Amino acid sequence: MARVSLAELYNGGAVLLAEVPRLGWEDLRVAVGDEVAAGNRLAALAGRPVGDGIEVLAVLVRPEQGCLAAGRAVVGDRFASLTPGCPQAHWFERELAEGWGIVPEGHPWLKPIRFHRSYRPGHDAWGRADDAPILPSVTDFFRVDGEEVHEVAVGPVHAGVIEPGHFRFSCHGERVMHLEISLGYQHRGVERALVGGPDRRSVHLAETLAGDSSVAHATAFSQLVEGLSGCQAPPRAEIIRAVALELERLANHVGDLGALAGDVGYLPTLSFCGRLRGDILNLTAELCGNRFGRNLVRPGGVAFDLEPERVERLATRLGAAMRDVRGAVGMLFDSSSVMARLEGTGALSAAQAVELGLVGVAARACGLDRDVRAELPSGMYRFAQVPVSTWHTGDVFARAWVRWLEVQRSSQFIQDRLAAMPKGPTRVDCRPLAGGSLAVSLVEGWRGEVCHLAITEPAGRFASYKVVDPSFHNWMGLALALREQQISDFPLCNKSFNLSYCGHDL
Amino acid sequence: MIRALRERWRQGHRTMAYPAGAPVLPDRHLGRPALDPSRCLPDCHACAEACPTAAIDATAGLTLDLGRCLFCAACSQVCPRAAIAWTGDWRMATRSREALVVKDRELELAEALDARLRRLFGRSLKLRQVSAGGCNACEADVNVLSTIGWDIGRFGIQIVASPRHADGLLITGPVPENMRLGLEKTWQATPSPKLVIAVGACAIAGGPFAGHPEVTGGAAATVPVDLFIPGCPPHPATILDGLLRLLGRLSATDPVES
Ligand code: SF4
Repeated sequence: MARVSLAELYNGGAVLLAEVPRLGWEDLRVAVGDEVAAGNRLAALAGRPVGDGIEVLAVLVRPEQGCLAAGRAVVGDRFASLTPGCPQAHWFERELAEGWGIVPEGHPWLKPIRFHRSYRPGHDAWGRADDAPILPSVTDFFRVDGEEVHEVAVGPVHAGVIEPGHFRFSCHGERVMHLEISLGYQHRGVERALVGGPDRRSVHLAETLAGDSSVAHATAFSQLVEGLSGCQAPPRAEIIRAVALELERLANHVGDLGALAGDVGYLPTLSFCGRLRGDILNLTAELCGNRFGRNLVRPGGVAFDLEPERVERLATRLGAAMRDVRGAVGMLFDSSSVMARLEGTGALSAAQAVELGLVGVAARACGLDRDVRAELPSGMYRFAQVPVSTWHTGDVFARAWVRWLEVQRSSQFIQDRLAAMPKGPTRVDCRPLAGGSLAVSLVEGWRGEVCHLAITEPAGRFASYKVVDPSFHNWMGLALALREQQISDFPLCNKSFNLSYCGHDL
Repeated sequence: MIRALRERWRQGHRTMAYPAGAPVLPDRHLGRPALDPSRCLPDCHACAEACPTAAIDATAGLTLDLGRCLFCAACSQVCPRAAIAWTGDWRMATRSREALVVKDRELELAEALDARLRRLFGRSLKLRQVSAGGCNACEADVNVLSTIGWDIGRFGIQIVASPRHADGLLITGPVPENMRLGLEKTWQATPSPKLVIAVGACAIAGGPFAGHPEVTGGAAATVPVDLFIPGCPPHPATILDGLLRLLGRLSATDPVES
């Protein structure tokens, strides 16, 4: 175990920043490496300026202990990279380099990830001038050389109704030798805009970080504010939040199962699930008027209560939708021609998943039982558990199957909650936030763990705000899943991960 | 195969009746706001102070810019006099940016294209969707229009894979600096005459990201916009209504109009 001790904290709880040990970088680097070697994982690596250096804060998930661990260190313009011994840090270190103009020395592939200017004028990890133009995807790409090797470039604007991103494949014939994913087109500067808050816009920025995960991100934000202000949402509010979060999971998983069916040309399930996804979004709109759960989750609780008739209506309509979902999805998994396309395609091993630090459905489909709802339960999940759904084959089939298991378990969970709603208020007032503190809040969204982290200045305003969408951990998983696959399987593999561009780009 | 047919028979035909009848909306759905400035207390700016996107001006009279509005109802919740009310009306698309500024109970809805463009696009409109910083909620509610529940194919409207095949662009998102060039090139690749439709608060005025230096604040900063569809995200019925109105496919005698 680690030679130095890190601060322990709990999901959604706050600690005084002074209690988070400030180590030398070398000690922190070794400590993080030891933690990861012991089976823990990196939840966030965040930078903020202090004096003329950058303080790097590392937060790890310790699933066995059900807690988080944090430590920090100040680094200068160059520091020894964590990545060679801890691959799951590689994207975080690229982010630190881009944001703060610091260079992790020894990083195997140091490139920008979002293509924006460094937050510190005069400091650029690649030595670019302050006024040098920065264009997305204008960078070195990994190259495979050879007479018969060719490259295929896709995006930023794609053929479907999806967000922009650039994919570059190095192929030999149909065979993909390497895929490089270059993002940043969706960068809207959300983290920077949250500094100085919370204010009247903050919760809206949280809700729109990744619109298909509005409830997850709004819950992570609200839990964080509650932790910093020392208040707690009432039990009835926690239940409504959990219902909304599981509805979000249902809608997206059902939609994804349909889209996977569409990508292998199995149209009945595509058609049914397209409609059913909408039916489930309409259930969320029953809660709050908005199909994506906007305006429902707020610091201190929820903005809408549910009358008994509404609860009953929800339960009945969910039951009816689930009957149709069972019919539509059952057909998919019983069709041998579909299974032949899903099985063995885009497989990752459990060892790869651990090395990359994958989270959510992608990790569980490799057999890892990573699920914040079970590992670091907060809100309603402290009292009622959803079984963790895993499968061991790591392929497109596994990612589809885990979704289907989760659809069944989430709908049961929602029904159970609706059947036992405690009476009481749905919202409390939040006090002003504690100053000089750190809080970390994790929520298991439908893609995986959503992490929000904030440090407050003495007056209680956000001095720094960090968001880690599950997609941030998982994009590299998609890139590796494509190796040695047919390029024509890219849409299928991509859909089986269904990662967020804006959640990554922030 | 038999199983697919049986399931099809069991689940039945599910395309909605709209526009032959009103869409089914949840009771908590927030449609077009209706303002009554005569109720305002003197010097009260509570609504404007609560608005996260500066959509409300309460300095001289009371106006609400639907282009900026996130439909969060923060304004009506703080108003001591119920001067702002939410109707369930899903019809909100306009042809001009100015028409989105609501002053009272009225909204001047989008006019149809002129006769020449209607002849070209009225019965067949192919759109290329460009997400430019969209959070994926606007995109999802555009996508849903192609599912069997909404089936925009029945109006001859289709989302196509290439701008070269398109009659216009449907844009979502606040257009980040990093997408400006992508949007511009996609627009240039679309043959003329072409339409541009801005869907959602982001594409109209930057949405929750308005004012961030990383975004350009909406589609109109890069390309000329022909139709504005407000919401965050707009309900699919709002989007479809806007498209049909633009194509002149809704008339005063339609049940949804009376
Ligand atoms: S308008 Fe709202 S829903 Fe649409 S892209 Fe912007 S933030 Fe997302």
